[in-house]
Parts: sequence; structure tokens; C-alpha cells
Amino acid sequence: MSSVLRQRIRNAPPRYALVAIVVLLLAGLPTVISSFLTSEWAQALILAIAIMGLNILVGYSGQLSLGHGAFMALGAYISAILAHKYKMDYLVTIPIAGVLTGGIGFLFGIPALRLSALYLALATFALAVVTPSLIKRPKEWTGGPQGLLLVQPDPPQPAKDAFAAITGTAMTTDQWIYYITLFCALLLFWLAWNLLRFRPGRAMRAIRDGEVAAAASGINVAGYKTLAFGISAFYAGIAGSLFGLATGFISPDTFPVSLSIQLLVGVVVGGLASIPGPLLGAIFAYFLPIESNQWVPSQSWIPSQIASTVEKAGPAVSYGVILIVIMIFARNGIVGLVESGYRMLQRRLRGAGDRETGQMPSGPQTV
Amino acid sequence: MQEFLQLVVSGLAAGGIFASLALALVLIYNAMGLVNFAQGEMAMFATFIAYALISRGMSFWIAFPVTLVLAFGGGIAIQRIVIRPVERAPVLTLVIITLGLATLVNGVAGFLFGYVPRPFESPFSSDTVGVLGVFISYRDLGVIGVSGVVLLLVYLLLQHTTVGLTMRAAAHHPEASRLLGVHVSWMLALGWGLAAAVGAVSGIMVAPVLLLEPNMMQAIIIYAFAAAVLGGIESPLGAVVGGLIVGVTVNLAGVYVPFVGGDLQLAVGLAIIVAVLIIRPNGLFGRASVRRV
Repeated sequence: MSSVLRQRIRNAPPRYALVAIVVLLLAGLPTVISSFLTSEWAQALILAIAIMGLNILVGYSGQLSLGHGAFMALGAYISAILAHKYKMDYLVTIPIAGVLTGGIGFLFGIPALRLSALYLALATFALAVVTPSLIKRPKEWTGGPQGLLLVQPDPPQPAKDAFAAITGTAMTTDQWIYYITLFCALLLFWLAWNLLRFRPGRAMRAIRDGEVAAAASGINVAGYKTLAFGISAFYAGIAGSLFGLATGFISPDTFPVSLSIQLLVGVVVGGLASIPGPLLGAIFAYFLPIESNQWVPSQSWIPSQIASTVEKAGPAVSYGVILIVIMIFARNGIVGLVESGYRMLQRRLRGAGDRETGQMPSGPQTV
Repeated sequence: MQEFLQLVVSGLAAGGIFASLALALVLIYNAMGLVNFAQGEMAMFATFIAYALISRGMSFWIAFPVTLVLAFGGGIAIQRIVIRPVERAPVLTLVIITLGLATLVNGVAGFLFGYVPRPFESPFSSDTVGVLGVFISYRDLGVIGVSGVVLLLVYLLLQHTTVGLTMRAAAHHPEASRLLGVHVSWMLALGWGLAAAVGAVSGIMVAPVLLLEPNMMQAIIIYAFAAAVLGGIESPLGAVVGGLIVGVTVNLAGVYVPFVGGDLQLAVGLAIIVAVLIIRPNGLFGRASVRRV
């Protein structure tokens, strides 16, 4: 190891260590949990990718989309049709789906420029509601209401060997898909981090906090707003494509309105305009209904009749309560809570006399 | 030609339902510049209350006003508990909160009443009466009549009573109204209550057509959005006209446009929303908004 590299590692901010730990944990996860649980975690990571994309749009550029499930559906169906009809390798279709969806999202962003935040929310919500019936129409492409079955790839030999060497068991398809997903997620989070801490991220936040002021400072408002739409759709497209891969089956009912709501819950819970937020939000939004559905029937004091209703109504009730409570009491989500807690602790340790320097707060001010 | 007129009439009946819900949206928009995404779910919940009352043996014409009063109270309660803490928050926050409210109300209805679709008895018979060669069912006539009465009452309330005047004043100039002694926040609550009651009418009218279940209003709210946007989102008259136009258009498109058919009618609603927002964002009756920067 060269001394320059060692120097850089020693001087890295402490949060880099945190990132490294999280990456190692995620990479090691399939070696300790079952193949079935691994598949669930893969889906949580996929959700995290889509939520990261939505966060770029909502948290950073301040445009509200309630229809990101539609972009996920688009990505999933592009991949599925390419793999199904044109016999392409599914892994090759993932970036194609992302780029095509991103392009369509970019085009979608152009009329969206003319709409106020409220109207944009309204139009995208309508899109989310209509999506399932739109998918059903081109039957010969999408398979109609029956959906499309997808072939899940077998892990390649080197990956199998490496996995067997570590765990002593053969790698399953689910575990391989988890690693594909993890790779995409890391790549896309890294991309988002690089995009958002430099000029584009600053420009988007400036537009969000004051469009006129941003334009007056020479920021290309229309350009950055459509760019945000395009990037965000790109993320959703990749997530949709991976989703088809992970579940092996997509149908119009895979992409209901509640999916778009789930994405929004993930963004809001994790924290608007933050990078780790989408990961936390996705884990929360994905596992909350699953865990509660396992917990409720296991409790003997809840009558089975009620338990079955709770299973259906539970996610809606809890998502609703969470959206309202977080928006009223903690607008920057988990990350915001952790940050303010950390800052308070620091102030305590430093003593009350130490006033804050004139630093800009990092959280969104207008959201 | 006869088929065409037939479709127009049944479209008007559907339009009356959309108009009521769109009017509810307009009332809240005028009060606080917000589209209430929970409006449809609130209407659905009120319809379940009406259903519960009727199935306990209450006659429809008693249960109907009782439900409206309960919905009015419920609307006020929601405004006081959920909306009031964020009255001055940015639009993004408010939209997310009403969306959360929609999800919550939907879930609570599912929890209390289950997801099995239930038939909802219409107070009007499904017999038809022939007028100029067009057969109109009493049910359609009843829906048009009830919607018309409700819209008229709201108009009278807003334009010809002191309460209506105060509500409009509070919505237009909150600061000036406050100086003149108007309880602005309570006027907003009143607006929410009124909207909830008007929306409930649409729910009760639509329930006999689509079976009653928690997701009943999901399509209707899209048509109501289309109606409100088409009419100009701040215009009560626009909501009514928009509702009727959307009702007729959707009905005709379902039959005469082969690509649309029965299953893509909802997409017509989306198309109307998108087209209006791009071509004429202020709708038919809305005023162009001027913003000081």
C-alpha cells in the first residue's frame, strides 16, 4: 500500500468508516441468512434504488412525483420484453431499461416544468392510478393481466466457487440476484453522492429553495429540473428491471398505486435530501408490512378474524400514520432526527458557550 | 343518434357525481390552496357510515342527512387534528400529509368494514322513463337531482349567507380578515367540513353503481381531479361544468373510441388532466394567477 493511500485513509472523515462497515455488512449478509431472507433483502435494496431516485426529484429538486411506480413498471416491462421476445441476456437489459426509462422521464420532465408543484403531484398521482390498466392494453407485448414470467439467471461458476469457499454451501439463484442488486445499488448510490454534493446537487437545492433567486444566480432552472426528472426515472427504471429479475414474474398488479405510496413513504421516513436516507427508508418501508404480518398472526390474543383484516389493512394504516406524523413532527425523517440528536450531543459536550458558526443547515428548508 | 343521447344522459348522471367530488376539492383549494388527495377516501368512509346506518334499519332518507352531518363533523375534526399544525407549511408537506390521510382512511375503512364489496341499495328504482325516445332510469334522474340540489345549496351558502362571505374572505385575505375579527383557522375548518359533506354525497350516489368497498373512490377521484382541473381549480361553477363534461366525455369515449373501450376509461381522465394542464392550466373558468416574486 502506498503511503499516499494510507495517508488518505487515515485522514478520511469518520463517516467513510461507517459507509465501509455498512457495505461490508450488506455484502456479508447472504452468508449468514437464509436464501429466502436474502431474496427479501434484495427487494429492499431494489426499493432503495427507486427511493434514491425519487429522493433526487423530491428532496433535492423539490418536484413532487406520486407516480414513480409507473417508471418502475416501465423499466420492468422494457427488460422483460427484451428478454422474453428478443431473447436478450437479462443482465444486459438492465442498463438499457434504465437509460430508456431515464430518457422518457426526461421527456416527461419538460411538460412538468410548466406545472406548479400541486398540479404535478395531481398529474403523477393520476398516472400511478392508471398505470395497471395501461399495462394491460398492449397484450401481445405485456402479456395482459396474466403478466410475464422471467427466467432467473444461474450464478456463474466463479461466483459459485467463491461463495462455496466462504460458506460451504452452494450459491442459490436468489443469492446471486442479491449480489447483482447490491452491485447496482452501490454503484447508483455512489453516483448520486457524487452528483449531489457538487454543482448539480447545489443547483437543484438552490432551485428548490427559491426558483427566482436560483435563476438570477445564473442557474439553468429548466435544464436542472428536467435533468432531475430524467435521473430519477433512470433510477426507477433500473429498480423496476431488477424487481422483475428478483421476483421472476411481473404483472399489472405488481405496480399498483400503493407502490408509488410506498416509495414516497421511504423517501419521507429516511429523510428528504439525504444520501443514506433512502436506504434506511427502503428497509423500513419494505420490512414494516412483512414483519407486522408475521407478528400479528403469531399473537394468540388477537382473534384470527381480526388478524386477517389487519394483514390487509395494516400497511395502509401504518403508512398513513407514519406519513402524517413524520411530516408534522420530523420533516427530515430518520436522518434528520439522527443529525439533530448528534448536533445536540456535540453542543452538550462542547459546552453551551460555544455558539454555532455561520454554517448553512444541510436539511431542506422549504420542504 | 338515440344511443348517443342515451350515453349523454347517463354521462350526465356520472358527471353529477364527479361534480360533487370536484366541488369538494375546489372548496378546500379555495380555503388553503391545496388539493386534498384524501377527498375520495373521506367520501368512501362517509358512505360506509351511511351503509352501517341503513343496515341497522334506518331509512335512506334519514341516514343520508345524518351521514352528511357526521361527515361535516369528521371534516372539521380532521382539519383541527391533522391539518392545523401544518397550515402554513409548504405545498409539498401538505400534499404528503393529505396523501397519508388518504392511505390512513382507506386502511381504517378496510380494517373496520373489510374488503368484501357490498351492494348498496339505491333509494331510486332502476325503472326507466321514456323522454323523447331516450330512456332515462329514475336512478340517473335521482342522482342528477340530488347532485343539483347539493350544488345549489353550496352556492347559496357561499354567495348569500354571512358565513359564506366570511369563509370566502378568510380564504382570499387571511390577514385582513383576521384584523376584522374573523377566526380564519375556524373558517378553514368549516371549509373542510363542508367539503367532506359535499364529497360524501358523491360517495353515497356512486355506491349503488360500483359496489361499496374501500377502494371504491380510487377511480372517481381521478375523474374529480379531471373535472376540477378542467373547470379551473378555484371555480365552483367550473367544477360543476367540468364534472358534467368529464362524465359525458368518458362515457362517449368508452363506446365510440375503439382503443379506449371499457377498460381504459380511466386513462381518458388522465388524458384530460394532462391536456388541460399543458394547454390551458387555468381551466375553463379559472383566472390566471399572478405571483409577486
